[in-house]
Amino acid sequence: MLKVNRHAMPEQPAEIRRRNFEEVALGYDEATAIEEAKRCLNCPKPRCVEGCPVNIYIPKFVHAVSEGDFASAIKIIKEKSSLPAVCGRVCPQEKQCESRCVLGIKGEPVAIGRLERFVADYAREHGLDKVDPSEVAAKNGKKVAIVGSGPSGLACAGVLAQKGYDVTIFEVLHAAGGVLMYGIPQFRLPKEIVQHEIEGLKQMGVHVQTNAIIGRTFTIDELMKEEGFDAVYIATGAGLPHFMHIPGEQFNGVYAANEFLTRVNLMKAYTFPRAATPVFIGKKVAVVGGGNVAMDAARTAMRLGAEHVYIVYRRGEDELPARKEEVGHAKEEGIEFCLLNNPVRIVGNEQGWVTGLECVKMELGEPDASGRRSPVAIKDSNYVLEVDEVIMAIGQGPNPLIHQTTPDLEVNRRGNIVADENGATSMPGVYAGGDIVTGAATVISAMGAGKRAAAAIDEYLMK
Amino acid sequence: MAKILDKKLVSPAVYELVIEAPLIARKCKPGQFVIVLSDPESERVPFTIADFDREKGTITMIIQVVGNTSRHICEDYEAGDEWDNIVGPLGQPSEMKNFGTVVCVGGGIGVAPVYPIARAYKELGNKVISIIGARNKDLVLWEERMRAVSDELIVCTDDGSYGHKGFVTDPLKAMLEKGEKVDYVIAIGPVIMMRNVARTTEPFKVFTAVSLNTIMVDGTGMCGGCRVLVGGENKFACVDGPEFDAHKVDFANLMERQKMYKTQESVEWGCGGACKCLK
Repeated sequence: MLKVNRHAMPEQPAEIRRRNFEEVALGYDEATAIEEAKRCLNCPKPRCVEGCPVNIYIPKFVHAVSEGDFASAIKIIKEKSSLPAVCGRVCPQEKQCESRCVLGIKGEPVAIGRLERFVADYAREHGLDKVDPSEVAAKNGKKVAIVGSGPSGLACAGVLAQKGYDVTIFEVLHAAGGVLMYGIPQFRLPKEIVQHEIEGLKQMGVHVQTNAIIGRTFTIDELMKEEGFDAVYIATGAGLPHFMHIPGEQFNGVYAANEFLTRVNLMKAYTFPRAATPVFIGKKVAVVGGGNVAMDAARTAMRLGAEHVYIVYRRGEDELPARKEEVGHAKEEGIEFCLLNNPVRIVGNEQGWVTGLECVKMELGEPDASGRRSPVAIKDSNYVLEVDEVIMAIGQGPNPLIHQTTPDLEVNRRGNIVADENGATSMPGVYAGGDIVTGAATVISAMGAGKRAAAAIDEYLMK
Repeated sequence: MAKILDKKLVSPAVYELVIEAPLIARKCKPGQFVIVLSDPESERVPFTIADFDREKGTITMIIQVVGNTSRHICEDYEAGDEWDNIVGPLGQPSEMKNFGTVVCVGGGIGVAPVYPIARAYKELGNKVISIIGARNKDLVLWEERMRAVSDELIVCTDDGSYGHKGFVTDPLKAMLEKGEKVDYVIAIGPVIMMRNVARTTEPFKVFTAVSLNTIMVDGTGMCGGCRVLVGGENKFACVDGPEFDAHKVDFANLMERQKMYKTQESVEWGCGGACKCLK
């Protein structure tokens, strides 16, 4: 008889984890992974594969897990994904592979993400994911530059290196990984894991040049005309933080989530003073926004020692864009949700420090043309939430530097690069994908775009 | 990696460092800056490029020891050693054209970033009048270099131990009051000095640029930590600046924001384990 429920994954208890930066979810052990894998029906026409943006052949790797053959399992995954330990942790599987699982119709779907994570972790710990040089195609003499080392750039690099291209990734920060390094916190995605997966790419021959700012160190035109690159993939993400443009944003204690998270994650400010980068630690912290970045910032503020952390969001619980699982984790850790609240002003003292966030209460109006109920302010409902730190997590836009220094590159009104579904831009040989094209989205959709662009670049250069 | 080719103490607690950075030297323009992260436990800190040699592939920086990180990167490294990371050139270059008569004002170590700008203005055919200032004679920086690129050089010391006694704003104000032709002013130095220069030139409606030294993390526009109010608008000093119209800058807010990490900065061992206290 099939077990209806999936196997739970052990987690650090909320009371303990809310004050440390250790990973929350602890992962399956071997026996649990094998048991969970046995739940898979091995469908002849597996719908889960269609749900995966990079089309990992899920039943095949899950079957290998069910037989305890983890070496084969990692090989099957790596055919399609170069970052399984990352995706197994941060993909919204409930909207992707797992949402299509047949078992999910009557019970709970196979825990594909947890199994992918288990396989990747097992492979890393047992040295099963070393790259076999014989499986990388011989160099074909063509050079491809990838701008940005986030998930999209890494995925594109992986495919192209596999096919024999000489790939160089240019990264502006001192560490490769993009949002995986500076954005997603250690307690959701340990940085050692990200670096391990990037090491795998290097073993395949991918060069990673950090501290290189494209638009300044080299322009796109120079990469192609002077540096000898045959094609370029732009994957610079959505890294420019938005502010609300309400009064008081200049007070000390006001952060964009990007800065707050970069200080803590990339610069390890949570270990200050051992790491030299400081971060302001508020006692009462308001995080404005309802996406995953807001959840990450709120949970990080709690771990740094805040007494109260509020999520201030202008819509209701059902409209929160964050993953349900992240909202759940945040609640368990004591994050307080101020829903249907919209900030109108940040209040500060004479020394220039935040003392409060003035909000107005909202109600949901009639559904608009898109079917979404837009929030409407309730008259005279203003009040001041007493806080000493405000973190803005209301979204990010594209950094304009490449656009400014590459006049031939077409961008839309929002500054996103215009590219077709294969990543082709208005410039021949120049491709783009991930958040720089779509606006802020998910890790896996960025990876999918990187893979499609790699295929298109291959076709372009081989014709 | 950024190799330190030469390091010398130019005045008390102020070092001049020549760094091997060919990619930066090839592209940098006056007014731009770099970010240094010397080792994994250290922090990212911005420094203006004070000079560059495109052929040798070097850039020069003047760094004053004011806290743990500046002390660490100056004193724990010698010529021949390498910092792990340097990135640049960052920021918008200074506006380059023939304005006519340009007054270049440098205060303290701010003289160093003014130097390449003054040199470029001179090369563009401007009449360059430079006013450099320091607290006392020992702290006057790069006098000869500035003299070499200026039509006129005025040196000021707060205590009168050398040159004109008083602040850099004194000769500037005298010049403007006398009705001398001044088409453009650029001032770099401590925030108070830049604010005072702005106040001096404002009644005379002479365009004045200042290079703002805000707190920065990435230096590429992704965090907004360096934001400043310019004409009531939020600007990011690292990508929109660092130079701005001095008459539009909210200096009071800039000074408040520089105090954001005062408490942490005073933690004597905020040094990434590089300081003696952890050993």
